[in-house]
Amino acid sequence: MAAHLSSGRVNLTALREAGRRELREFLDKCAGSKAIVWDEYLTGPFGLIAQYSLLKVSAAAGARRPGPAAAAPDALASAQEHEVEKMFTLKPGRLPPADVKNVIFFVRPKLELMDIITDNVLREDRGRSPQRDFHILFVPRRSLLCEQWLKEQGVLGSFIHREQYSLDLIPFDGDLLSMESESAFKECYLESDQTSLYHAAKGLMTLQALYGTIPQIFGKGECARHVANMMIRMKREFPGSQNSIFPVFDTLLLLDRNVDLLTPLATQLTYEGLIDEIYGIQNTYVKLPPEKFAPKKQGEGGKDLPTEPKKLQLNSAEELYAEIRDKNFNAVGSVLSKKAKIISAAFEERHHAKTVGEIKQFVSQLPHMQAARSSLANHTSIAELIKDITTSEDFFDNLTVEQEFMSGIDTDKVNNYIEDCIAQKHPLIKILRLVCLQSVCNSGLKQKVLDHYKREILQTYGYEHILTLNNLEKAGLLKPQTSGRNNYPTIRKTLRLWMDDVNEQNPNDISYVYSGYAPLSVRLAQLLARPGWRSIEEVLKMLPGPHFEERQQLPTGLQKKRQHGENRVTLVFFLGGVTYAEIAALRFLSQMEDGGTEYVIATTKLINGTSWIKSLMEKLEPAPF
Amino acid sequence: MSRARADEEEYWHSSKFRAFTFDDEDDELSQLKESKRAVNSLRDIVDDDDDDLERVSWSGEPVGSISWSIKETASSSTSSLEGRDSSLQKGSSSYAAFPKQVSSYSLSSLFKGELYLSLSALSDTGVKNYAPELRRPKAEYKDYSSDWSPKDTVRRMQRGKVCSLERFRSLQDKLVLLDEAVAGHDGNVITAVLIFLKRTLRREILFRELEVRQVALCHLIHFLKETGEQKLLLDLLRLCFFSLSLQLSQYREHLNIQDVEKRREFLKGCIGLPFSAEDTSHIQDHYTLLERQIIIEANDRHLETAGQSEIFRKYPRKASILNMPLVTTLFYSCFYHYTEAEGTFSSPTNLKKTFKIPDKQYVLTALAARAKLRAWDDVDALFTTKNWLGYTKKKAPIGFHRVVEILQRNNAPVQVLQEYVRLVEDVETRLNLATKYKCHDVVIETYRDLKDRIQLTAYKCKVERGSADEEKINSILNNMVRNAY
Repeated sequence: MAAHLSSGRVNLTALREAGRRELREFLDKCAGSKAIVWDEYLTGPFGLIAQYSLLKVSAAAGARRPGPAAAAPDALASAQEHEVEKMFTLKPGRLPPADVKNVIFFVRPKLELMDIITDNVLREDRGRSPQRDFHILFVPRRSLLCEQWLKEQGVLGSFIHREQYSLDLIPFDGDLLSMESESAFKECYLESDQTSLYHAAKGLMTLQALYGTIPQIFGKGECARHVANMMIRMKREFPGSQNSIFPVFDTLLLLDRNVDLLTPLATQLTYEGLIDEIYGIQNTYVKLPPEKFAPKKQGEGGKDLPTEPKKLQLNSAEELYAEIRDKNFNAVGSVLSKKAKIISAAFEERHHAKTVGEIKQFVSQLPHMQAARSSLANHTSIAELIKDITTSEDFFDNLTVEQEFMSGIDTDKVNNYIEDCIAQKHPLIKILRLVCLQSVCNSGLKQKVLDHYKREILQTYGYEHILTLNNLEKAGLLKPQTSGRNNYPTIRKTLRLWMDDVNEQNPNDISYVYSGYAPLSVRLAQLLARPGWRSIEEVLKMLPGPHFEERQQLPTGLQKKRQHGENRVTLVFFLGGVTYAEIAALRFLSQMEDGGTEYVIATTKLINGTSWIKSLMEKLEPAPF
Repeated sequence: MSRARADEEEYWHSSKFRAFTFDDEDDELSQLKESKRAVNSLRDIVDDDDDDLERVSWSGEPVGSISWSIKETASSSTSSLEGRDSSLQKGSSSYAAFPKQVSSYSLSSLFKGELYLSLSALSDTGVKNYAPELRRPKAEYKDYSSDWSPKDTVRRMQRGKVCSLERFRSLQDKLVLLDEAVAGHDGNVITAVLIFLKRTLRREILFRELEVRQVALCHLIHFLKETGEQKLLLDLLRLCFFSLSLQLSQYREHLNIQDVEKRREFLKGCIGLPFSAEDTSHIQDHYTLLERQIIIEANDRHLETAGQSEIFRKYPRKASILNMPLVTTLFYSCFYHYTEAEGTFSSPTNLKKTFKIPDKQYVLTALAARAKLRAWDDVDALFTTKNWLGYTKKKAPIGFHRVVEILQRNNAPVQVLQEYVRLVEDVETRLNLATKYKCHDVVIETYRDLKDRIQLTAYKCKVERGSADEEKINSILNNMVRNAY
């Protein structure tokens, strides 16, 4: 499961290992058998750090092996007691009657969760024997607010250990880290709460402790500036963090999401991007409709069609997926059919195997071939599912409008398609994505156009959505054109954001990820590497927030002498979220032969336009029909 | 709560509990500790169990994933332990004491920043019956007895050190402390300072100072929202209304009001608030709409239960109309109250006028509602206009292709559909729609007008053999031949 983390230029297994170590340390503090009660949201991110087997055999595995650990027989006995025996999902009511010594709550610091925990603890049977000890592990941080809340409910004293597990940057893949902090963008831009930036800075400090001080920091945007400041201050204040590790990263680029509000609004057209747009990838897993994944073996799932969604993990550990995920969807089909031919040819080989030696060789390759075949079958099914959608009329119409906006056509008047969609009551998020896209591509909408859209939306979807519209305005996604000037055309031309001749099959530019539109954020990263931001000063000034450069001094012994032809490594940190298409574009740049830079990507959250807009919407109660 | 406190007291003073046994080396525990360390270091060398190829259970959930395990362990535990659970035994509190082990190699301990404030600074309760963390080894006591500057205090709080805020007595000091906390960007610390200020400052002074400190203000609002201190929150919002970003917060409160009458009253109160001009008009509309819905709902519920009205008997209402969007309300009124005079609150024309619903929107909604009832005459009337000579003409503000789509979605018969397909102006669209919905007449006539023999001949195989349609095609083809010569 961890092989994919070490495949990249930077070995991220070390980061995961540090996370696991910390978790084990906590578990070991609570001696005796344990039950873990999970805040359901956390199970996904935790799964990327440690699987159940790790928790369960945390100590027992060591005891089985000869060595210093098993020196005393009673140590062995207590070690075996030490394991995590049960796991439950956090919910109100009485805790299940597991016969364990410790009950540990793994929770985010949220008040509504504290209420559930309080309920659990108060309903605990005081007379039970043996009594169970309670502990709380806050992820990613202890919160004063929560503890005070527990205190007011009179249960704080029931917890023996109250600790925090700083799950700041979680390794998702060999070149990808995420904090999975869903509301980071909203908190920063709507609520002026920059705690997530503080966590980002802390995550970066942890990263530097493991992979060396990053000598150069570039940034664009208000939040980027804050994070850089915090990093510099933390470094000054923790003299102990002066480490002697040879720096793995040459450059850190901090980018605010609000510098590029456009990109996430557009529909991603890479394979992985489309899977995320349509089905939503959660912590590298995707749930798919089961119809196309009929059980292969008889008797396993019975004769009925499976009704549970099919769950698949998607990361670079799967060879085929690593190859196709960043391709434009239009280029995926040909790769799949080529692979199919290769595999069936490989299976045909068995007819040519004559000698015992040949047969033996064939058999030894079988497991690998079978894995490749099932991987191919899965992705063929997924591609079919996606194709059903991408070939639909509505997908095409929607994409046409998006592309018109991005290339600057008719962005200043009410769009017919958007009006039609409102009239037909298409999902509100879809409407908002389009209207925001139009606004961003026009540096704000004309007051009359904006008012028209607002009125239609409120009349059709309900007046309470005025709150959501207000949020979008605050975030800068939807706004009246104030300056009277539309800067977007200048930005588009200078940064070459729209490319007419895009090659989807054999791309020569990052614009292939949106079939024409080159993501602004990635263009900034590309231009920073070559020829440098000095060439685009004018445009940088048009984008919100300051741009800056900082240097962190390295001891002379650690300064890098670059080998000829050796690539630089840049960590790009997207504050406020990043899309899979942007990741694909950066990977494309990493792989360019004369690129000279390889990228590792970090973010507060993996997003797409839908999940992003959703995070900005006011939570309203669902309508009864 | 007092009971719980007493429990805590008892618990902490109980001699069995040894809260800090740093120098108290229990044999068994120290062995365990050692074995643990050995195991941990072992795991770095030996292979990880979970690095094997992932196993997947038949439900598709990877075996060993956390959510899978939750299901597994939860299901296996439920029944078996019932009996033991009920064996009531007044257990002695046998809390074991564990050394607070400070690991020498944990990376994160460098940055962990365990926030721990002196909670005495935040509540009136004394230290002793509070948290174990406060009873730290003597060496740490000096940490909070010294005189730290506001800046140092904030830094220390961020790193999780214990700090007393009580020393900050003057308003000046408190504000410097707050500004430092805000400059640190750590919401946890900002909130901690705010709680301290909220407790030690007069409300008017606190609010006044927050007015010029927007970030801190947002944190306090968030805190009050989370903890549900509605009264203080509303007071704060009322005072801060001039600040643009908060205008709608009070309006938002209506969502928490379940009772419609109360909600209506609340919205009425919102109208007077200083929103921007357009927001005010939307909120006014919201209020008017809810007011209408309450009247319509009362009326219709009465009609429905009385069972007198045919439409309600034939098509019972699926849900109440309360709190529905305007367009949904219009649909409802076109469905149940289409023929009512403009004077009644529930008539569609009245709604259209009151809320200035654009023509397009109105026609679309009315069409959908009437088509659903299969009231084709009403549909016809929607698009019929008379000119001054008394001739009738068909006109649709939404384009007839859209009309066809909506009718088709409501399973309109071909005869009805055909009539509107014929009215689609663009020839290509007309042909596409006609072919798609099998309006043979329209297809045939269009090809005839285009004089397209080839297509017409090809179309012959699409119509039923021996039908009137086939005959029609044949006769047209014959005519065309004759005309060609």
